[in-house]
Amino acid sequence: MSEAENKSVRELPYVMAINEGIKEVLREQKDAFIAGEDVAVAGGVYGYCTGLLDEFGEDRVVDTPISEKGIMGLGVGASATGCRPIIDLMFMDFVGECMDEIANQMAKMRFMFGGKATLPVTVLTMGGAGGSLAAQHSQSLEAWLAHLPGMKVVMPSDAYDAKGMIISASRDNNPVFVVLNKASLAMTMEVPEGSYEVPLGEACVRTQGKDLTIVAFGRMVHEAMASVEKLKAIGIEAEVIDARSVQPFDTETVVNSIKKTHRALVIHEAVKFGGIGGEISAQIQEEAFDYLDAPVMRVAAPFSPVPFSPALEKVYIPSSDSIVTKVKETLAL
Amino acid sequence: MVAKKKNAKSNLPSQKVLQELHMKMVRIRRFEERAGKMMEDGKIPGALHLYVGQEAVASGVMQHLSNKDWITSTHRGHGHLVAKGGEFKPMFAELFGRSTGYCRGKGGSMHISNMDLGMLGANGIVGGGPPIAMGAAFSNRFKKNKNVAVAFFGDGASNEGSVHEAINMASLYKLPCVFVCENNGYGEYTAQSRHQAIVDVADRASGYGMPGVVCDGMDVMAVYEAAGEAIERARKGSGPTLLECKTYRYYDHVGVRGMGLTYRTDEEVEEWKNKDAIEGFEKRLIQLGVMTKKKIENVHASVGKDIDEAIIFANESPYPMPEDLLDNVYNEET
Ligand SMILES: Cc1ncc(C[n+]2csc(CCOP(=O)(O)OP(=O)(O)O)c2C)c(N)n1
Ligand SMILES: [Mg+2]
Repeated sequence: MSEAENKSVRELPYVMAINEGIKEVLREQKDAFIAGEDVAVAGGVYGYCTGLLDEFGEDRVVDTPISEKGIMGLGVGASATGCRPIIDLMFMDFVGECMDEIANQMAKMRFMFGGKATLPVTVLTMGGAGGSLAAQHSQSLEAWLAHLPGMKVVMPSDAYDAKGMIISASRDNNPVFVVLNKASLAMTMEVPEGSYEVPLGEACVRTQGKDLTIVAFGRMVHEAMASVEKLKAIGIEAEVIDARSVQPFDTETVVNSIKKTHRALVIHEAVKFGGIGGEISAQIQEEAFDYLDAPVMRVAAPFSPVPFSPALEKVYIPSSDSIVTKVKETLAL
Repeated sequence: MVAKKKNAKSNLPSQKVLQELHMKMVRIRRFEERAGKMMEDGKIPGALHLYVGQEAVASGVMQHLSNKDWITSTHRGHGHLVAKGGEFKPMFAELFGRSTGYCRGKGGSMHISNMDLGMLGANGIVGGGPPIAMGAAFSNRFKKNKNVAVAFFGDGASNEGSVHEAINMASLYKLPCVFVCENNGYGEYTAQSRHQAIVDVADRASGYGMPGVVCDGMDVMAVYEAAGEAIERARKGSGPTLLECKTYRYYDHVGVRGMGLTYRTDEEVEEWKNKDAIEGFEKRLIQLGVMTKKKIENVHASVGKDIDEAIIFANESPYPMPEDLLDNVYNEET
């Protein structure tokens, strides 16, 4: 993070931090380009590709047809042969369109070739619910990706991390999925100008506490932080860890925290069954069983596709209130 | 194999058919206009892709289909459902996210559907429909009925691998299927010339060994005639057709005004509006003596009234209950 020191900071929304991250990558790496649906002329459907075409030209900012298999294959083939592509997959749900290129090609090629191929490809994609975009435009499918040996998966929860992780991802010599969250696009915070890294695979303690450890992914970090305030009011001090990286996962930071708090709660927006929370709680009981005073608990979405109606979506998405309820349960209050 | 630019011939359909075509188009136009307003008023959450401008395509095709014929739709799906017989009340209720909607508020605009009407859903996945239509056509043949399946998809969707696979399989198995490409010139904000190197998607038909037909998608009679031939061919077991309808959406990709991007000119929009399917058809109906100006006005008024009532219904409908969330994930019947 030393690169970020001494740099002037200003308030920036998440969406523009993504934009700056991409720009820094294209500036510093001559072999980098970005390709995706409506990234060039339209500036991306979320606006984070604004200005890219003007600054870098159409050779490096490439509008594609609506052909996700082709787009992801472009990332595999170009990265294996010397480019450093950024592939933009508009909605995370569309991994379904190109899962073969992701799972059977991108993640495995290096291994299958006995280490002879290198795939420095970064995939940007947008996950998460909250806008009534219904079952095919709201999912959190990070567990699908984290299950693939060879793939790295990160979930920046705020603007600072989004920019830094896009830069780290593109400097990494492996395929990295940067899973962004559409409900966070307008959230602002101080972001340094210029280039800096946020290391992949390192969790971050967002707030200290002694009573229990909350491990949160992506946007759920903000719900966890909101729950901290509510918990304070009833005399509970929660420690919040922003996992930041799903694959690799920073077990050490979590275990160190549990040694202090003796209780843990894992929170994600994806459905609970088969979600990454199951893996994390298993790791905790393998590594820190002797320190635990209570079972590891989870707050996650119910086992249903994401509903359209705001009335249902509201109950579907984990909230600071559902976290507070679960914390009380964990502490047997 | 591509028959270019079919235009409506002089042998006219019956008065009843002409009036039904008109009614379908007016119902779609008014529904969509009002849905756009409701979205702007904050009544409809999520993403709303409106069909205004393209009414002749859904209407001309659906005129040949019964409730037993299947269709698959797109993210721009309300028009297809209205033309297939969708009722305003449960449609608006669905868009409003209410429990009285066709999908109990679970699907919304992008997943609106009605199995009883043979409508296998709008689809949030571009290119999601054609493989499903191919499967439905397979099912029709398997069950030895005479029903067909029609897949609607856009020019943008024609670049999805799924569409290619579906068309090839339908042709290989000679399925009772029709592929209707609604070429409105854009996939989101990208003009056709920037997403594919061909002008007529129907050119691809010869590569699948099936007929390809291009027709004027702003002329409901042209669509009616071309679709009639394709559907008849499918019904009698001669296999699929790729029917391309040249059309245009008047509103932005999402909503009415969209993101305010300048990817197309106002002049271009005006040019297409001058070819408006409904206005042109109404002039013709009057010339032909099929409908009077007064009768046409009455159609608009009664459709408008139906919509007013549907909106009141939707507004007064309850939202789904939290416990409804876990319903319908699996079929629990034994
Ligand atoms: C698999 C997939 N990729 C991308 C999208 C995002 N998207 C929604 S509509 C659309 C454009 C579709 O263009 P076209 O098929 O021509 O239909 P039109 O919108 O013109 O009716 C895109 C890219 C999507 N929903 N699904
Ligand atoms: Mg189109």
